[in-house]
Amino acid sequence: MNVTLINPFINATINVLETMAFVTVSAGKPYLKKDNVAVGDVTGILGLTGVANGTISVTFEEKCILNVVSNMFGETMTELNHEIADAVGELTNMISGQARRELEEAGKVFKAAIPSVVTGRNHSITHHTDGPKIAIPFSTGNGDFTIEVCFER
Amino acid sequence: MDTSIKVLIVDDFATMRRILKNILKQIGFKNLVEADDGTSAWEILQGQTIDLIISDWNMPKMTGLELLKKVRASDQYKRTPFLMVTAEAQKQNVIEAVQAGVSNYVVKPFTAEAISDKLEKILK
Repeated sequence: MNVTLINPFINATINVLETMAFVTVSAGKPYLKKDNVAVGDVTGILGLTGVANGTISVTFEEKCILNVVSNMFGETMTELNHEIADAVGELTNMISGQARRELEEAGKVFKAAIPSVVTGRNHSITHHTDGPKIAIPFSTGNGDFTIEVCFER
Repeated sequence: MDTSIKVLIVDDFATMRRILKNILKQIGFKNLVEADDGTSAWEILQGQTIDLIISDWNMPKMTGLELLKKVRASDQYKRTPFLMVTAEAQKQNVIEAVQAGVSNYVVKPFTAEAISDKLEKILK
C-alpha cells in the first residue's frame, strides 16, 4: 500500500490525541493485519470515498480510552459506556478530518461518512473493501491503541 | 466579551458538546443551550432568542452548513455570530462556509485557547 495514504492518518492520530486529550502518543511499527478481530475493546470505524475507497478504524484498550476520555472531559471515567463510545466516534471523526486535510494538500481528496462504534472484547472490525489492512500500534503512558487503514487494491 | 449572552451549541456528538460547554464555562458563559443536529437547532432558534451559535458541520438530518444558510436567510438571525467548529477543513468546505456567511471557523482538533480567541474576535 502507498505510504502516502498511511502517514497522514498516523500524523492525525498523534495530533488529535495530544491536542484534545493531552496524551503523549508514540507510534509503533506498522504491520499487515490478517484477521478481523479487534486488538482493543472499543473501536471507531469510518468509511472514506474519493481517489480511493476504504475505511479507517481506531481501536482502544479499555485502560487507554478511559484515560483519554477522562482527560478530554476533565473528570474520571471508570467504565466503557455510551459516553466512551460517543467519544471514540468523535475521535475517529477528528482523525479522519485531520488526515483528509493533509491528503488534500497532496492532491488526494476524500469524503468521510459518519463513524460507527463497536464495543466488547474480541469484536470484529469489518472494513468495507478487501484491500490490505495496515495496522499501526500506538502506545500512551496509560495503555495502547491501534489504528487500521484499509483501501481497495 | 459579553459572557451573559445565550449560546447554542450544535453537534451530533455529545462528547464535543460537553468539551465545548466546559470551555465556554471556563471562559465565563453560563447561558448554554444544546442541540444534536441542525433540525433540532433550528427548532430551538424558533422558540427562543439565541445570541451566538457554535455548530459542527457534518451532522445527520441537517448539516451545519444548511443550518448556517437558514440562519442567514432569517430576519432574526441574519447577523447573529455563527462559529463553525468542525473536522471538515478541506478548502472547499471553508470557501462554502465563508460564502454562506460564517463568522469564523475552528478546525478540530482544537485547544481551549483557539475557541476563546475566535470568540473574542466575533463577539467584540
